Amino acid sequence: MSGTATASRVFGSGIRRREDPRLMTGIARFTDDITLPGMAHAAILRSPYGHARITRIDTSRATDAPGVVAVFTGADAESLLKPIPCLWLVPNSELKTTPYPAIARDVVRFVGDAVAVVVAETGYQAHDALDSIVVDYEPLPAVVDPEKAVKAGAPVLHDEASDNVAFHWTVAGGDVDAAFAAADVVVRDRIIQQRLIPTAIEPRSAVAHFVPVTGELTLWNTTQNPHIVRFAMSVVTGIPEDRLRVIAPEVGGGFGSKIPQIPGDFIAVFCSMKLGRPVKWTETRTENYQSTTHGRDHVQDVELAATKQGRITGLRCTVWAGMGAYLSTAAPGIPTILHGLMLSGPYDIPAVREDVYGVYTNTTPVEAYRGAGRPEATFMLERMMDRLADEIHVDPVEVRKRNLIPPFTNGHDVITGLKYDSGNYQGALDKALAHVNYDALRAEQKAAREKGRYIGIGVSTYVEICGLGPSQVAGAVGFQGGLWESAIVRFHPSGKVNVFIGASPHGQGEETTFAQIVADELGVLVNDVKVVHGDTDSTPMGWGTYGSRTTAVGGAALAVATRKIKEKARLLTSHLLEAAVEDIDYADGKFFVKGFPDRHKTIQDIALLANVAWNLPDGMEAGLEATSFYDPPNFVYPFGTHIAVVEVDAETGRVELKRYVAVDDCGPQINPVIVEGQVHGGVVQGIGQALWEGAVYDENGQLLTGSLIDYAIPRADLLPDIEVLSTVTPSPHHPLGVKGIGEAGTIASTGTVYNAVIDALEPFGVSSVQMPLTPERVWRAIQRKGA
Amino acid sequence: MKLPVSITVNGRVWTQDVEPRLLLVHFIREIAGLTGTKVGCDTSQCGACTVLLDGMAVKACTCLTVQADGASVTTIEGLASGSALHELQEAFWEKHGLQCGFCTPGMVLAAYDLLRANPSPGATEIRHALEGNLCRCTGYHNIVRAVQYAVSRGAPAARLAGAERGRGGPASDGDRGPRRACFARWGGGGGSGGAKPPGLAGGRS
Repeated sequence: MSGTATASRVFGSGIRRREDPRLMTGIARFTDDITLPGMAHAAILRSPYGHARITRIDTSRATDAPGVVAVFTGADAESLLKPIPCLWLVPNSELKTTPYPAIARDVVRFVGDAVAVVVAETGYQAHDALDSIVVDYEPLPAVVDPEKAVKAGAPVLHDEASDNVAFHWTVAGGDVDAAFAAADVVVRDRIIQQRLIPTAIEPRSAVAHFVPVTGELTLWNTTQNPHIVRFAMSVVTGIPEDRLRVIAPEVGGGFGSKIPQIPGDFIAVFCSMKLGRPVKWTETRTENYQSTTHGRDHVQDVELAATKQGRITGLRCTVWAGMGAYLSTAAPGIPTILHGLMLSGPYDIPAVREDVYGVYTNTTPVEAYRGAGRPEATFMLERMMDRLADEIHVDPVEVRKRNLIPPFTNGHDVITGLKYDSGNYQGALDKALAHVNYDALRAEQKAAREKGRYIGIGVSTYVEICGLGPSQVAGAVGFQGGLWESAIVRFHPSGKVNVFIGASPHGQGEETTFAQIVADELGVLVNDVKVVHGDTDSTPMGWGTYGSRTTAVGGAALAVATRKIKEKARLLTSHLLEAAVEDIDYADGKFFVKGFPDRHKTIQDIALLANVAWNLPDGMEAGLEATSFYDPPNFVYPFGTHIAVVEVDAETGRVELKRYVAVDDCGPQINPVIVEGQVHGGVVQGIGQALWEGAVYDENGQLLTGSLIDYAIPRADLLPDIEVLSTVTPSPHHPLGVKGIGEAGTIASTGTVYNAVIDALEPFGVSSVQMPLTPERVWRAIQRKGA
Repeated sequence: MKLPVSITVNGRVWTQDVEPRLLLVHFIREIAGLTGTKVGCDTSQCGACTVLLDGMAVKACTCLTVQADGASVTTIEGLASGSALHELQEAFWEKHGLQCGFCTPGMVLAAYDLLRANPSPGATEIRHALEGNLCRCTGYHNIVRAVQYAVSRGAPAARLAGAERGRGGPASDGDRGPRRACFARWGGGGGSGGAKPPGLAGGRS
């Protein structure tokens, strides 16, 4: 019943994005672009201390400042707002949640914790008045390092967790202790996955409009998941969900930082509820860095057991994962479910064990950041593969080949309990090696070394879990929601189509790719399909855009809905043409009697006839529309191989990234140009972690990288072109065979570049340098070892 | 205290009394009502607020409104003519040079400024010229392709002049002292690089 494949299929075509004209001409509306009549502006006073007791707040001068409408503190907010909930309560982990107030009450626990809010007629006036609020703090000892925070005598953040351990989670499979006891070779490493700041270029913003006489709230919000915001907002404010409308207008990147419901969102809503006026709050970049979420922050102790031939027999690790001062929306699931379960990666490893300690520290709460747990797992594993290769004097590629899971098309059980859907890891590796001509590259490296030039080659193979996911699994792992998606496909009488989806793309281009799916399935022109998303009042429920799930789950919902439409169209055609249903065939937008292509109805004919409903078969409802709720039977598992070539200047420690090759397999590509774009962006974010990015706190909890001056995200002039290739291994369980691609680049690239730099430093005997690999750190490592 | 200014934005003259501290970006967004110009940081790093001031790209968060008195500003809204996209916009569309689109207005205008100074830049020059505009989505690859595509389609300076409609011609560096600070650019024209001048005060928004 699926559409006939033709050379001109729009599925698989790199058509231009329909999102672009409005974005390129400045007419697109992001949250901060919205101005409502009578709107006031909020500015938030934030703690300058990492840990302190608030002994007094005097807001009287601020209240009298020009333009100020109101000043509120934690005591005011507490009367109306419940604590912000954590929505991923990982079971069997002794999870200790603590109340997270939108505005701190007695104790501030990180620099950036909200202390008070000023509402004024203009944004300038609101910010001016912040300086007039007097707060007396009694500083308390702070701790910022997750490993130090669990040691006896460390400052304690919350009474509920006296050892600062928010949770302790374990994954284990096989007899790992026996594997280590019997190992020919054991390699070890301590890896610091430094804390990162997602840095969506659009800061977070909320425009809240509460109407007291109706009790209705409309919230424009920078979010990746408006339906979850509505749910959480309802829980915290008590406004019923049916009176609560959340709109995600254009959203300027998220990368995980727009998943959580952050204090600023609730504060804006609170102010509007108190004042009965629309209130806008938009964070500054410094606020974003101090108070909106961070990512990564792992200390990992890893050891790997192997035979002397390089076959891995066991992997064992302990991770201290910094959670920040509070558990953000999805935080506990990231270093556990999304990290620990991917421990064995694309390799056949018979025994694993990981202990993860989620730790409270006096830092900004940690959340998902592109890849979320999987980059930390992939890096760890790929680092260990290179260490093993060094130890047994085998090429790093060869070690990987000896351990890769052989190709499979319909499910492979791995030691952590997951069932990978499909994979051909060796295929992607071979393609990458051929593309770079690996042997020649190694020869070039050798020749360069003889001339005193330090070239390094890094290779990573990876598999990742995405397309989150079956709701049953979500429930089993403590996610406080479902993970299905829904879609409505509606034909208008004219044959044009509206699609309404609950997912909330924000740069990934699904307005285009979803239209391609519908056009391909139903034989309509792609420009006859308009995709509507991002407004809880006009779209069906959906769980949001993260975890590379929008195409994998939302796209599947859409495909299923189009197939329901086709079924109805076939029934109506059979009625109108007086032919048996079994005799109606479909091709290229036409339903026809088998063997008589001229006896047909186009999908547009059917759309008109179903909508006017003059002649429908008995029992058929009017209209041509279908809704589907798609709950995937499994996750999807994209994979690939990335290769980086770097050159290190031994005199200065500067790393030049000379070449980057990505071979990714996300199954059939709906729009290969968009897929490539996702790979480019993902790869560069991962490179950022390897070479430049890192959030730094001093021991008092002061964020030293609080602006774009100090926190170095990748710039155009520091990067080479990214060479993007792919292989195609369909997912066996997905209606379109597709997998996700949003995070793959980030998951693979950090370790790839890191491995390349360490490879370049091999003549100096350097085997470890703390990321980011700044010239100073690389230079010092060379000096220490190379002297 | 407020000071009078007269600023032409996309051909329309705005005569207004403004606070001396009002940043040009806020004048554009809040008084002229043109929200295509974005604010992505408070330290003049991100470039999302890039506009053309008398034809030259400046970061509008690094410029006080009063410094732009008498000047002509072109924002992203002034680049297309009706439904006809500018060649650079066409190029960004064709080469998938944007994803979330938040940095795009600034990126397009920075690219415009590059092509004004150097009609046929190479990839390295393009990357250098755009180093003051941060994009977190694209990894810059397709942005570079887009600018190269615009160049290959013959979209150099002469055909870019449409963006400067309605202005009286560029002021010489000498005649408007304060505005020179706005012209202190983050990279050299034509991708020649150059030291970053210290920004004026970054503002709160």
